[in-house]
Amino acid sequence: MGDEFMKLVIAIIKPFKLEDVRDALVALGVQGMTASEVTGYGRQKGHTEIYRGAEYAVNFLPKIRIEVAVPSDRAAAVVEAIIASAKTGQIGDGKIFVTTIDQAVRIRTGETDVDAL
Amino acid sequence: MTKHSGRMACGIAATLSLIFAAAPALAQDAAAKIDAADTAWMISATALVLMMTIPGLALFYCGMVRKKNVLATMAQSVACTALCSLLWFAVGYSLSFTGDAPALGTFERLFLRGIGMEATSAFAPTIPELVYVVYQMAFAIFTVALIAGAIADRMRFSAFLWFVSGWLIFVYVPIAHWVWGGGFLAGIGVLDFAGGTVVHLNAGVAGLVAAYVLGKRHGYGTDNFAPHDLSLAVIGTGLLWVGWLGFNGGSALGANARAAFAITATHLAASTGALTWMFLEWWTRGKPSVLGLITGAIAGLGAITPASGFVLPWHGVVIGLIAGAICFWACTWLKLRIGYDDSLDVFGVHGIGGATGTLLTGVFAVAALSASPDTPEGSPGLLEGNARQVLIQFYAVGAVLIWSGALTYVLLKAIDFLLPLRVSQQHEIEGLDLTQHGEALK
Repeated sequence: MGDEFMKLVIAIIKPFKLEDVRDALVALGVQGMTASEVTGYGRQKGHTEIYRGAEYAVNFLPKIRIEVAVPSDRAAAVVEAIIASAKTGQIGDGKIFVTTIDQAVRIRTGETDVDAL
Repeated sequence: MTKHSGRMACGIAATLSLIFAAAPALAQDAAAKIDAADTAWMISATALVLMMTIPGLALFYCGMVRKKNVLATMAQSVACTALCSLLWFAVGYSLSFTGDAPALGTFERLFLRGIGMEATSAFAPTIPELVYVVYQMAFAIFTVALIAGAIADRMRFSAFLWFVSGWLIFVYVPIAHWVWGGGFLAGIGVLDFAGGTVVHLNAGVAGLVAAYVLGKRHGYGTDNFAPHDLSLAVIGTGLLWVGWLGFNGGSALGANARAAFAITATHLAASTGALTWMFLEWWTRGKPSVLGLITGAIAGLGAITPASGFVLPWHGVVIGLIAGAICFWACTWLKLRIGYDDSLDVFGVHGIGGATGTLLTGVFAVAALSASPDTPEGSPGLLEGNARQVLIQFYAVGAVLIWSGALTYVLLKAIDFLLPLRVSQQHEIEGLDLTQHGEALK
């Protein structure tokens, strides 16, 4: 029942790209998203901070994680849009993961599944 | 001191002040001794110096510690202010600034008794004695609060309060008496305008000893100890720098030309110290940090303190430059070499800076500026042909270093006998804000 009908697109992006990604998704007709501040690293190494005599290697970098819930048939277009708007070509652009949503509910009205997106 | 004996002391204070303070109500025309301009300036200077601790030092320090210890660091400054104020009122002032003995003052001003409307201190004859009392109080507060930086992130608050009380009375008060209160260092002609020895070297050495006795912070050298918010430290630096015009300018004890020389040299030393550190860091590490700028400024300020009212403006520039360089070396090389965990570089900046400035005072002192009622011809320094002054300064540095170092060690060991100086390792990891004070920043 409703399996594979909805996808959760999770994207880890560079923080300054958030507005660009949001604009691209709005243009696609995506109704909403959730954004959170996270830290992480991949191939992009951290940096070194120096305070008087002390050096600290900071391995984790600030990123933004956005989550967008869409009907399965829209997922590919959303992924394309995120790639196009979040890409800089430099190491550290981030990653996108797509998972399946078992169930969705709109809290205010009680609508479920695709109607809730 | 328990809560009960504290209340008893208040009762005694009230009684004594009734007995002793009432008398000189009729002395209207003795106001001729007290100068309005001097008094106005000294009251202002007192406020400036007090501001240097709350919130100057509180911000300067708390910005540099980790987030979990910010409130605890501030609590140390505030509690120190309150505690030292009362102890100063009770016995501190009296034992520092009365009597003729070379080692210590008397109890004649216990609880500030006997001070009437026209009373003045022999050390500041043109201002009301109470202004002198609170002015010196602000210095005592600042000195003790400085030490907290060395043991940041790991000292138990209760032990800290005991330490503050004992250190003020057994370390600060004698040294203040020796240098400023007519004691033996003043007797041999040491030049310390505003506290290179009494404040900075004293606190610096005590900080170093405390850092050793308490031991290194958990995770020192391996964990990330990056400052929580350097913008707070910068704000603190601004308050310290501006307040220092009262610290040094007010040490002229009057609204006069010497105060003008003092604030000029002070400000120039701060500026030069900041730039020196900045350039050294730029050269050795590739980037000029704001932490370096503010630390260099404080190094310059600490070093100029003993010299400020005795030297010319260009001397201030040179002293700032030397202090900036030496303190930079002390904080970035010496500290790592010796291996002590002086959390906020109290020794590297104030200890080394204060000692450097005290010695340089012997080099740069100008006879005309250092003239006083006891020495009408003034005390020239090395540049004016008097090499002996440098030796006198060395002697003072040595005396303060030994007394402060030894007594700080003994005091800490004594407190350690009663209760642990450090928090538990688990509490240290959790953070002092939560474990010592039950509070947290969001």
